[in-house]
Amino acid sequence: MPAPDALEFFIDPGRCIGCQACIQACTECDTHKGQSMIQLDYVNRGHSTQTAPVVCMHCDSPTCAEVCPADAIKRTEDGIVHTAQVPRCIACNNCVLACPFGVPKMQTRMNLMMKCDMCYDRTSVGLKPWCASVCPSQALAFGTREEMARLRPHAKPVNAFQFGLQTIRTKVNMMVPRDAGPEIVDVTAAMHEPTIGHEILDDVFDDISDGGDA
Amino acid sequence: MMQSQREAGGPQDLDHGTVPPDGRPLADQPKWRQDFPIDVAQDEYVSRRELVKFIVLTSAALTVGQFWIVLKRSFSGQPARLAGERIASVDELSVGGARTFTYPEGSTPRLLVRTGATTFVAYDQQCTHLLCPVVPAVELGRLHCPCHHGWFDLHTGQPLEGPPQRPLPKVLLEVREGIVYATGVEESAT
Repeated sequence: MPAPDALEFFIDPGRCIGCQACIQACTECDTHKGQSMIQLDYVNRGHSTQTAPVVCMHCDSPTCAEVCPADAIKRTEDGIVHTAQVPRCIACNNCVLACPFGVPKMQTRMNLMMKCDMCYDRTSVGLKPWCASVCPSQALAFGTREEMARLRPHAKPVNAFQFGLQTIRTKVNMMVPRDAGPEIVDVTAAMHEPTIGHEILDDVFDDISDGGDA
Repeated sequence: MMQSQREAGGPQDLDHGTVPPDGRPLADQPKWRQDFPIDVAQDEYVSRRELVKFIVLTSAALTVGQFWIVLKRSFSGQPARLAGERIASVDELSVGGARTFTYPEGSTPRLLVRTGATTFVAYDQQCTHLLCPVVPAVELGRLHCPCHHGWFDLHTGQPLEGPPQRPLPKVLLEVREGIVYATGVEESAT
């Protein structure tokens, strides 16, 4: 049974309060019972309490499935990208490394990649995913576009992301400021910004060539 | 703004299947991409129920087929008597010599072997194992199938060695006035 089109998933990291309710609720999901598929990122832990929840964006061109050598990751007609098929997954970690959003999780004990499937058992019958049903600030929201436009007058949903040369369209929407927000969110834009509090070199070969001269 | 967003790439656009990274249609994609589709609908997935159904139906068909063969055999009467036919003269073959013929006209090749001064035997030339032509080995009193080294008795057509389980169909012969006539075919009983 496909997930209904009218209801969509909206992520608004700016509303996230870091309560971890979504992580707990996620473990209740019957499609991956006991395993939380949500990653709660601390944006800049030394300087801010800001957190950002990461759920699967369900790309129209899923990189995880593109790189899967075992043909194990499949996408249903409603656009949901599912956990690797148990008989096929070889636990090679390609999907974990390739995903632009860092979503797939390798369950080493089970030799299986598991990922957020938008609580397929619930959304396919019109219920909210667990995370969206418990999120107290509705940073993770599940509803119609009209509902979101009414509730979030200053935000707009964006579902286009730039990842290197590839533009990815996703089923899940990211809320950005309505007036100043980008049309396409560049996933890797901050990759070359200087890190704060960490002395990590962007290009290790620069250092080697400098040191070689001395 | 939101309306244009939906037109540009709303979720309804996602319903038309997975988009390859280069954005070209599936027909222009390399074969491996068509062989390993990401969409569930295009994946050749055999469910447990389909597999069980296939196994049960195939087994049932085989079982019914066995009974059908038994019934067909028990109901089919004796084959119509064949007319006698001249196939060779005695002088054509030396003792130990052999030649092929067809009897009745249009049949599979039969093998005529002269085993003695006045004795002839004739069998279907097709081995009852996998239909290879058998070769007479008159000095051994046998017929040899070189494909899998099956051996038949030259005088009875019974299998002696190797994979064949059934005797060669025997052509009944009659020698009258220096002419060899075929008078019938004894199909091998199982």
